[in-house]
Amino acid sequence: MSAVARLATLPWPGRIGLAIVAFWLAMAAFGGFLAPHDVGAIVSQDVFGAFSARHPLGTDYLGRDMLSRILHGSRFTIGLALAAALAASTCGTAIALVAATAGGWVDEAVSRVMDAFISIPSKMLALVMVAAFGSSPALLILTAALSYTPGAFRIARALAVNVRTLDFVQAARARGEGLPYIAAVEILPNMVNPMLADFGLRFVFVVLLLSGMSFLGLGVQPPDADLGSLVRENISGLFEGAPAVIVPAAAIATLTVGVNMLIDSVSGRARAVEA
Amino acid sequence: MPEPARGLPGALGRFRGSLPALVVQRVAVGLVTLVVVSAIIFAITSLLPGDAAQAILGQAATPEAVAALRAQYGLDQPGPLRYLHWLAGLATGDLGRSYTAGVPVADLIAGRLPKSLMLAATTAAVSVPIALTIGIVSAMMRGGPVDRALNLITLCMVAVPEFLVATIAVLVFAVKLGWLSALSNAMDIATPTQFVRAYAMPVFTLCFVIIAQMARMTRAAVIDQLSASYVEMALLKGARPARVALRHALPNAIGPIANAVALSVSYLLGGVVIVEAIFSYPGVATLMVDAVTNRDMPIVQGCAMIFCAGYLLLVLAADLIAIAANPRLRHR
Repeated sequence: MSAVARLATLPWPGRIGLAIVAFWLAMAAFGGFLAPHDVGAIVSQDVFGAFSARHPLGTDYLGRDMLSRILHGSRFTIGLALAAALAASTCGTAIALVAATAGGWVDEAVSRVMDAFISIPSKMLALVMVAAFGSSPALLILTAALSYTPGAFRIARALAVNVRTLDFVQAARARGEGLPYIAAVEILPNMVNPMLADFGLRFVFVVLLLSGMSFLGLGVQPPDADLGSLVRENISGLFEGAPAVIVPAAAIATLTVGVNMLIDSVSGRARAVEA
Repeated sequence: MPEPARGLPGALGRFRGSLPALVVQRVAVGLVTLVVVSAIIFAITSLLPGDAAQAILGQAATPEAVAALRAQYGLDQPGPLRYLHWLAGLATGDLGRSYTAGVPVADLIAGRLPKSLMLAATTAAVSVPIALTIGIVSAMMRGGPVDRALNLITLCMVAVPEFLVATIAVLVFAVKLGWLSALSNAMDIATPTQFVRAYAMPVFTLCFVIIAQMARMTRAAVIDQLSASYVEMALLKGARPARVALRHALPNAIGPIANAVALSVSYLLGGVVIVEAIFSYPGVATLMVDAVTNRDMPIVQGCAMIFCAGYLLLVLAADLIAIAANPRLRHR
């Protein structure tokens, strides 16, 4: 079944998830052009303004337009998370392929190192990295990629070890193919689908990690702001019930919930087809 | 059948593969991992581009003053030697002195650790029973409307950032309803009412995400057992579904469930960082976040080690429970 045909028969939570993901990807790509106001412009006398026709998502603690701030912030949140999740999934898969095809002590040694890294909780690693090197977008991507590579490695290695024992891989070995050929042509294509689902999960983890760091003031630094920074800078409006606090936090939640709903439907169906 | 240990005569041969041997092996692996983790954390924190002594004294400091301070903190020694010193200190409970406050890091952490543990323990006590109930109920009704509804709800709950839960909780319970205070001081708790008022919102926020996570993993573990052939046998001999789930499947799922609980509670270690910051809760996590802001490395290192050790301890405990609950391992 082609990917398009599969998407067309998704159950309804999957469709909602797909719509949300598509919406946020479009916002990350084009949101900056749609923003009604300049991201740093103070456009209203009214700080922590409520929802209104002029400012659909209210105004922030300086009287800036929240809609514009969120459109720009989502680009940071999604861009950083995509880069880090892509790096984590790619590195994890590549290392797992090397470990699983080589086998023996290479596999053993790599797995041990990954096990040590996996026992540092991601927030701890992020806090330690920011304490040591200061916060910058490049460091945040590196840190998040470093945090989630071992998890991707674990999944990818389990998949690769399963595929390794199948007949067609044995046949390729018997006809004398080299390890790179076996890894790239025989094993990799058979683990792409589950790794894509895993990539989606890593993306959710990274979004939550990085917006959490920004919320603590240790992530994306002013004047730039991702969705987590927007929650932080407007937190004093919480006691007035200002939309400026709730809306960016809710935006993150819709993004992560949407990705989760899409993955759950897609991978649940993949399992049902296999069974 | 367990494979007999070959080439090992007598008592040593019997020891390998026995229950105490497994326990010793797991504890040893945990300790080795902790040492490797400490090396990683130390390596990251001492690869500083700047120099801590320079950072403390500022750009205007004389070279002599910087050199003196570096000698005082031992920063003039080579990295591996400093690591061994630090590691020896860790083993004896000496975590060094804070750069900014000048007091021993161990004292700072000791003052706050009980508060963080109290928060974690309360959260675990509330969340574990609820999560296990949800997980087992949805496993028993798998595929049905209740299970699908619970699946969708928990799927959404795991993806919600803590600060959204916390801000909505504050908005509803402190601002709109006025039942609770938004700041959790946890300082003067004399009566149960004060306890509830101080802990309700932080605990609620932490529970929200980890209940969902734990319930999903418990469901998967129980379903895994329910699809085994001995369950089919029990159903065929006429046992009621509830009895099959609770008396036959559940004991076999204890290992995976313990693992799920440990992983979720370790997730709490990350969640606690955000929650303590939101509610200005005076725990270890706020200490660490402040230290990261001030680049007070000894505190950052000490707190990171406390959290990593806590994580490894939970994983080890889950491992040992799984071993203890597995009759095949117990009767070797």
